[in-house]
Amino acid sequence: MSIGKSEIRVDAFDKACGRAKYTDDLCDKGALVAKILHSTIAHGTVKSIDTSEAEKIDGVVKIVTCFDVPKYYFPTAGHPWSTDPHHQDVADRLLLTDQVKFYGDDVAAVVAENEVAAAQAIRAIKVEYEELPFVLDVDEAMKDGAPQLHEKFKNNILAHTTIRKGDYENAIKEPGLIKFDNWYDTPVVQHCHIENHICYAEMEQGRITVVSSTQIPHIVRRVVGQALGIPWGKVRIVKPYIGGGFGNKQDALYEPLCAYLTTQVGGRLVKLDVSREETFVSNRTRHSIRSHIISWVRPDGTFVARKLECFSNQGAYASHGHSIVAKGAGAFPQLYPCDNVECDAYTVFTNRPVAGAMRGYGIPQAMFAVESDIDSIAAKLGMNPIEFRRKNLMPVGYVDAFSKNENYFDSFNQCIEKGKAYIDFDRKLEEYKNQTGDIRRGIGMAVFWYNTAVWPISLETSSCRMVLNQDGSVQVQLGETEIGQGADTAYAQMTADTLGIAFKDVHVVSSQDTDVTPFGTGAYASRQTYTAGFSIKQTALLLKERILKYAHELTRMPEYNLDLIDGKIVRTTDNRVLMTLGELSTEALYSLSHSEHLTAESTAQIKSNAYSFGCCFAEVEVDIPMCKVKLVDIINVHDCGRLINPALAEAQVHGGMSMGIGYALSEQLIMDSKTGRTLNNNLLDYKLSTFMDHPRLEAQFVENYEPTSAFGTKALGEPPACPVAPAIRNALLNATGVHFNKLPLNPHNLFSRFKEEGLI
Amino acid sequence: MAQYKLVKCTINGKYTETMVDVRASLTDMLRNDYSLTSVKKGCEVGECGACNVLIDGECFNSCIYLAVWADGKNIRTLESLMSPDGELSDIQQAFVEEAAIQCGFCTPGFIMTAVEILESGKEYTDEELRKLLSGHLCRCTGYENIMRAVKKTMLKRLGKSVDKV
Amino acid sequence: MYDMKALYEAESIEHAVKLRVEHPEAQIIAGGSDVLVQMREGRRAGKELISIYMIDEMRGVSLDENEAIRIGSLTSFSHITKNPIIQEHINVLGEAVDMVGGPQIRNIGTIGGNTCNGVTSADSASTLHAWDAIVEITGPNGIRRIPIKEFYIKAGTVDLREGEIQTAIIIPKKAYEGYKGHYIKYGMRNAMEIASTGCSVNCKLSADKKYFEDVRIAYGVAGPVPMRVPSAEEFIKGKEITMENIEGFAKKVLDDIMPRDSWRASKEFRQHIAVVMAKRALIESVKLSGGVI
Repeated sequence: MSIGKSEIRVDAFDKACGRAKYTDDLCDKGALVAKILHSTIAHGTVKSIDTSEAEKIDGVVKIVTCFDVPKYYFPTAGHPWSTDPHHQDVADRLLLTDQVKFYGDDVAAVVAENEVAAAQAIRAIKVEYEELPFVLDVDEAMKDGAPQLHEKFKNNILAHTTIRKGDYENAIKEPGLIKFDNWYDTPVVQHCHIENHICYAEMEQGRITVVSSTQIPHIVRRVVGQALGIPWGKVRIVKPYIGGGFGNKQDALYEPLCAYLTTQVGGRLVKLDVSREETFVSNRTRHSIRSHIISWVRPDGTFVARKLECFSNQGAYASHGHSIVAKGAGAFPQLYPCDNVECDAYTVFTNRPVAGAMRGYGIPQAMFAVESDIDSIAAKLGMNPIEFRRKNLMPVGYVDAFSKNENYFDSFNQCIEKGKAYIDFDRKLEEYKNQTGDIRRGIGMAVFWYNTAVWPISLETSSCRMVLNQDGSVQVQLGETEIGQGADTAYAQMTADTLGIAFKDVHVVSSQDTDVTPFGTGAYASRQTYTAGFSIKQTALLLKERILKYAHELTRMPEYNLDLIDGKIVRTTDNRVLMTLGELSTEALYSLSHSEHLTAESTAQIKSNAYSFGCCFAEVEVDIPMCKVKLVDIINVHDCGRLINPALAEAQVHGGMSMGIGYALSEQLIMDSKTGRTLNNNLLDYKLSTFMDHPRLEAQFVENYEPTSAFGTKALGEPPACPVAPAIRNALLNATGVHFNKLPLNPHNLFSRFKEEGLI
Repeated sequence: MAQYKLVKCTINGKYTETMVDVRASLTDMLRNDYSLTSVKKGCEVGECGACNVLIDGECFNSCIYLAVWADGKNIRTLESLMSPDGELSDIQQAFVEEAAIQCGFCTPGFIMTAVEILESGKEYTDEELRKLLSGHLCRCTGYENIMRAVKKTMLKRLGKSVDKV
Repeated sequence: MYDMKALYEAESIEHAVKLRVEHPEAQIIAGGSDVLVQMREGRRAGKELISIYMIDEMRGVSLDENEAIRIGSLTSFSHITKNPIIQEHINVLGEAVDMVGGPQIRNIGTIGGNTCNGVTSADSASTLHAWDAIVEITGPNGIRRIPIKEFYIKAGTVDLREGEIQTAIIIPKKAYEGYKGHYIKYGMRNAMEIASTGCSVNCKLSADKKYFEDVRIAYGVAGPVPMRVPSAEEFIKGKEITMENIEGFAKKVLDDIMPRDSWRASKEFRQHIAVVMAKRALIESVKLSGGVI
């Protein structure tokens, strides 16, 4: 069996010798180079564009402006399409726009023979704008009279959804309740995959091929078709290895524009290589969400009524829109079930860079608010934060009415016990209380809630193709993409075990090509192993059935007495090996009596979902005069069901923890309030954690076999990033007694809070 | 108008002469003239480390190193590490075994810095290793398994026990 | 590919001076870790460059006949840190430049470039100020040497005149003999960072290690250019080594420093941090000098 073993990644060798090909490695060196002119105002109208100077530059091939592009409004979110118009994503983008909505919006594009000419031409284009007032803040944007971004959305509210349970107003009348009322703020952050988004496009036989660094090739194909107003079959998307995505590449980014540009230069090869600065400003970001939590608690620590209001800053265009804050709001009544709950979630347009999907999809924001709030309440009640959680956490057997997810196991407590033991929580919690002095230690923890995949909010489907080779090895193709997380390796393990062949004999076709790869929506929502698992199992069983049927022809034995074990056809009645799979498949292909190419292909539509739970424990050292937090120790514990590949699962957790550490301590995109310009659009000024900002990262697991899953597995991709920031925040509370309600916990915020509290 | 210069240097053990546009970075030259795809472009301003190569034994971000400066230098990229018969070097193998590779985009740069560290023949503390590796950004691994791979290889080369990594 | 109009490569100091005279508009490029980045951004796009990077005679650290430490302007940060002369006499400079960026930047970045770009945040600059460094400049009329304080004219501008290049940085024996120092870089993370504030302190103690004979302190990012803090230096000179005196010294820096508000940090924050850094850097310097506190 391969599942459960730490198999070496199928792509490790090629990546270790620099041979794995990413988009830029594949692009012909003779490609024309495209560059985009971004707006230098935050809101307004393009009155005119003068390209005369730019056109004189040697090497410039074509300049297109917002006045040239077709007016097909298209959505960009990497969601499965809905054939129901009411459930379709908001179509609010054009390839280039004269209606500027943020500083960095796309106004014109240049195609040139080389990057220097393209860059010079961009600088030489003169744009005349008519500026409008702009708004960056959600509170301001919702006010009457605020600058309006989109006509259809009054007061800039993209959506407002509510959850109502019980009778909040009546419940809070109970005598003796203690009220807690707190606000929490999370910053805008960016994905910072090391490979920027890049794509290139050319035409062949009247069709457009786009090779792109994307998580979602099949979705991008549809969006390119929509944006250009052409049949979707005219578009072919190829996805090679990609240098990380984390949700940013779960959007159609510049593939539509690049596809359009090739049509404007006679189908010649055009490369659009996005700079790091553009990645920060003109791709996608994580939504900044402001949350307001009111809790009514009995003195014994039980919740009676709770209210959540959250305001999500969408930036200029809808992208993934309301689904992000809606996911966080949806988690609120589930994680700590309470009889009386009111939730109001708002998504609001502002003139900021566009927010989209990012690892955790609203849950890191929600967990910062909810889990910080839990510790603040516990501290004020004088209760142990874990005991307080245990009184209120989702119980075993809980079923969510909407998703039908069930909490089958005592995952929370099992995870918490492991984390506590590793970090020596109880002892340190006591020891670190009431410290004095400049340097103090603190310990904290947080749990998190997560779902797997997107059902029932959206479609869940996965298609798989398996093709048997003469030697008994198998190619596997799926639309669910490898983006660094190790999906291909997990697929190979699943295929090997289901089919009954060796791991080494499974060849996962890593690259997706929408012309030949079966339909699948891509990599997102921590859905890969869960969702693809169904179609892999189904297809492998189908192929196995065909193999055994053919084996029956060759061996005359009934199929029910045959099995495929370790790449051999075995008669199960006496375990005799009758032939190898290689012998069978060679015969099947070249047989003069019955030649058959043994393949299988099937689609699995998934109508289930699964809870994925866990926790983080963190220990910090705080230098109060220096206003600095140093992370000393950290552990994440996850129940993601059965581990397909423990080493890769552990690695996945490390990466999520790292993203959580940056979110907690240092990362933040800063916009100039006077111009709307993003000030720190580079990897020097944007404070991604470096090697020196981390302690050793510990990842542990609780393995409860997920009953709804094809292989017992469930979400792990995004969850590790979710509990880290509140755990660190709670450790800071333990160290200093100061309640921090705003991320990041960087020196600026520590300075102002320590001053308020009189610590400095 | 274009200005060219003949650059004579050794690339991965082989003497080369390249007529380069003086405006080219060393990244441009290695990728475009020699198809050395391990030299990655992540920021092109010396902040991410993806384009790191060894020049006369020291690590440099080739994106902010003019190609003309390579004249007379000995340049090594990740492609040089594999043995002629296709065997990975110990540090590459350690990256493979320790699951230190995810998306793989930062990997070549990290491995080349590891080569400089290992070639010093010194034993470093964890803190020192973290500092020596801090010129590279990685978003996938949290640096944890990269640390293990480098430390394991360092200890192995020094003939020390690698149990506690 | 950089958007560069022309590249002139200097083969010697003399050649560099000649190129400077011939192409007064051209920008000098040493390691290029600032110039090339600015060119990529568009700020210096389309400009001519004079590359001095290949002039090996401008590399290395030596002691001259007067035992002054001479650092060639093209010496990289990593070579300064590893140099035995630096380690013996002015280790704090090696430590300071070991905090620039990351290892690859420390291999390409030069001390000449770090000072000639005239920025206040340069990690080498505060230490060089605190150690009374002399800047050696070579031009058409020969060599001139000026105190580093005079070299900085205003933010982004240094005293390099027509045809001139900076060729060395010199730390005279009287500036380093008997002194020990410590540098604190305040950043928002621990690597790949520009200093929010940098503080370099050194001191010379009395023979009995009970008194401050001399204390020098300099900051980066406490004003438009790196600066010394005379009020604090005057305050502590000759005083007994006590925590009270050290704290008095630290508070005194506020009399001279003039940090500003920016999106990177507020003035108030920088002032607060400057005081903490002064105190800690002096305590560390005392310890390095064999004093007890």
